Amino acid sequence: MEHTETHITDYRVYGWVLLALLIFTTITITVTWIDLSALTVMVALIIASIKSFIVLRYFMHLKFESKLFTVFVVMVLSIYVLVIALTFFDYLLR
Amino acid sequence: MAETIAHSYLENTGKYKGILAWLTTTDHKRIGLMYMYAMMIFFIVGVLLGELMRLELFRPGQQFYNAQTYNGIFTIHGIIMIFTVVIPGLAAVFGNFSMPIMIGAHDVAFPRLNLFSWYLFILGAAIALSSQFLGNGPPDTGWTFYAPYSTQTHTNVVAAVFGAFVLGFSSILTGLNFIVTIHRLRAPGMTFFRMPLFPWSLYATAWIQVLATPIVGITLLMVIAERWLRIGFFDPSLGGDPILYQHLFWIYSHPAVYIMILPAMGVITEIIPTFAQRKVFGYKAIALSSLAIALVGYFVWAHHMYTSGMSITARWVFSLLTFLVAVPSAIKVFNWVTTMYKGSISVKPPFLFALGFIFLFMIGGLTGLSLGSLATDIHVHDTAYVVAHFHYIIFGGVGFAFFAALHYWYPKMYGRMYNFRRANIAFGFLFVGFNLLYFPQFVIGIMGMPRRYFDYLPQFTLGQQISGFGGLLLLIGIILMIANLASKRGAKAPDNPWGGSTLEWTIPSPPPVENFHELPVITGEPYNYE
Amino acid sequence: MEMHRDDLGAKLGMWIFIFTEILLFGGLFLVYAVMRSHYSDEFHQAAHQLNAFIGTVNTVALLLSSATVAMSITAVQKGEKRKAVLFILITLICAGIFLFNKYFEWGHKFSIGLYPGSDMMVGLKHGYILFFSLYFFMTGLHVFHLIVGSIILTIIMVKIQTGSINAEKYVLLENGGLYWHLVDLIWIFLFPLLYLIT
Repeated sequence: MEHTETHITDYRVYGWVLLALLIFTTITITVTWIDLSALTVMVALIIASIKSFIVLRYFMHLKFESKLFTVFVVMVLSIYVLVIALTFFDYLLR
Repeated sequence: MAETIAHSYLENTGKYKGILAWLTTTDHKRIGLMYMYAMMIFFIVGVLLGELMRLELFRPGQQFYNAQTYNGIFTIHGIIMIFTVVIPGLAAVFGNFSMPIMIGAHDVAFPRLNLFSWYLFILGAAIALSSQFLGNGPPDTGWTFYAPYSTQTHTNVVAAVFGAFVLGFSSILTGLNFIVTIHRLRAPGMTFFRMPLFPWSLYATAWIQVLATPIVGITLLMVIAERWLRIGFFDPSLGGDPILYQHLFWIYSHPAVYIMILPAMGVITEIIPTFAQRKVFGYKAIALSSLAIALVGYFVWAHHMYTSGMSITARWVFSLLTFLVAVPSAIKVFNWVTTMYKGSISVKPPFLFALGFIFLFMIGGLTGLSLGSLATDIHVHDTAYVVAHFHYIIFGGVGFAFFAALHYWYPKMYGRMYNFRRANIAFGFLFVGFNLLYFPQFVIGIMGMPRRYFDYLPQFTLGQQISGFGGLLLLIGIILMIANLASKRGAKAPDNPWGGSTLEWTIPSPPPVENFHELPVITGEPYNYE
Repeated sequence: MEMHRDDLGAKLGMWIFIFTEILLFGGLFLVYAVMRSHYSDEFHQAAHQLNAFIGTVNTVALLLSSATVAMSITAVQKGEKRKAVLFILITLICAGIFLFNKYFEWGHKFSIGLYPGSDMMVGLKHGYILFFSLYFFMTGLHVFHLIVGSIILTIIMVKIQTGSINAEKYVLLENGGLYWHLVDLIWIFLFPLLYLIT
């Protein structure tokens, strides 16, 4: 029940994280100029996932918090992805 | 602190007196009772609406009121019973009253949020009930609000839907509170695997509440937007898909069945070892099966939709997954029965209700398998067979478990005993009445009686009349039970009337305000009777 | 009874609340996925109608605001009160930019008669109707969260100023920050799915 030791993140870390996020934003905009046809959605989602991973890990402090939080996040996202996948058993195979 | 500890939670010590002291309380025990009183009122309203339906169905043809009224009655019966009685049900009442004591905590993690949940519950119920009196008449969609009818009917669907949305919010906050409570406030030494099994089932329930309810929340908002703004998600004339509504609805509403039944199973798991004076058989199996039910229960929703027109592959995939849920459910039943084996059983009212639960739940569960299997479901889909099945689970299961829990924790709640003989008689009426009411529905369902029908063919008359008679017995049973519990003549209850082994039996009846003067230190597993 | 403080418990509660928010939007993303798979081409074409430039400006504003909220926690931890207030102020200004852009974006669509239920909208091709319905529903719900988040952050800013949030006790700021990052997370998915895939 003890307090977890507080972790103070340096300002510069957030600066770098912001820079990384902006770079990925630039990438995701740039790839729309290239015609990837069927892969477009996939690429956009992959880049968005990388960006959210960074936000979750650094801005939302999952890296420094109790591992329990990470376990929960992974669990929730997995359940959600499975629900979508199961729904598409209907929509893709109708 | 030592001063307040002497007072029972039922005495008013704060600055308010009387009803205000209750309405401003943050004590988990009082909030539990407040849920119970509110739910009792809703339950009685729901029961009376049910009896009204039985009255109308006593003979073929129109008897007392017309078909549109019948549609309104079965809709509001469903909304009241599902959203305001069985979904909050055991978790809100006994989860609030007993769980913090059982894990050795002074209160839940967020007491004020807990009170707020109760107010949301009352607000949501009030909005849902207002749908009966405001706008263009009572909604007639059934509690499932299936699109596209729900987006087109002129009845007052929006109020009912918005009420359900608010009730969902209340449910989410209760779940959130319980997860944090169980993670953070267990007594020193109480590891997860030293925790009693009712809190375990609540933990699994709370996760479903948190992870499934938002989906129905957004879906209900979509229905409102569809009605007001024609967004077209579920409207084929604008390119939408009504079956998508069914997907979204059941992604929540099937797990919601486990929100109802898991705490019921948890209560039974408390009662059986206490009255058999035996260590519960397969503690870890029961604990983990709760999580397994919660998890697998999330992926079986489309077994409600075999006849909706979804893809063949989806049908068999969901049928397969549905059968998986039977495994952890069966683990629990086997473990309850095995716990009783060679126990020194004392058949007191809570135990009697628990046995009733096991019997009825088995019938409900096994008929659930024939509905989960694709081929047989096509035959009995949307017939009275389905009505019988889910009443066996929801009333026979959740309802009887609720009554069992009530008779089990009543001495702790009020510090008084009740009359056992009268409780047993009430049980007799309830059990016989219940089976007479719902079993014939299986039979006429297989014969072809559709559900939600106002009228029927003459060959179903006998079955409907047996049901009507059973409904009367059931009503008598409910009145007898409530009269017995409401009587104030019972003897003073000892701290541990049943010889239970969990923490709530170590403190006075009724419990003091903060439950424990000093937090207990747990050194071993629960249910140590040997 | 003196209240015992449990920061980890409070954060756990906030995270669980965030899960419910993710799944709330999750329902909409599911609708989006189903509709997109069915009306793939029309979704592509309809996305041309949205201004990717405004979308990009808003993305940058939200990313910057997220970073400054995170930095304000560092500032409070270090006891640098003025910096903390300043960081939150920047966040709120970014939120203002976002709202400003959104107002004109929506306003333009309304002015040409493109809004849910309008005669023009109902007359469009099915894929277009669903795309714009989803656009209004999703960005609308997102903006609602952004406004709520701004109110929360304003309260937090005042509390930092008055010192009730300080280096010893700042879990409220952390939770407010988590909520703000959620708003950002949702936008990270909304932006490419609505504006970019053309």
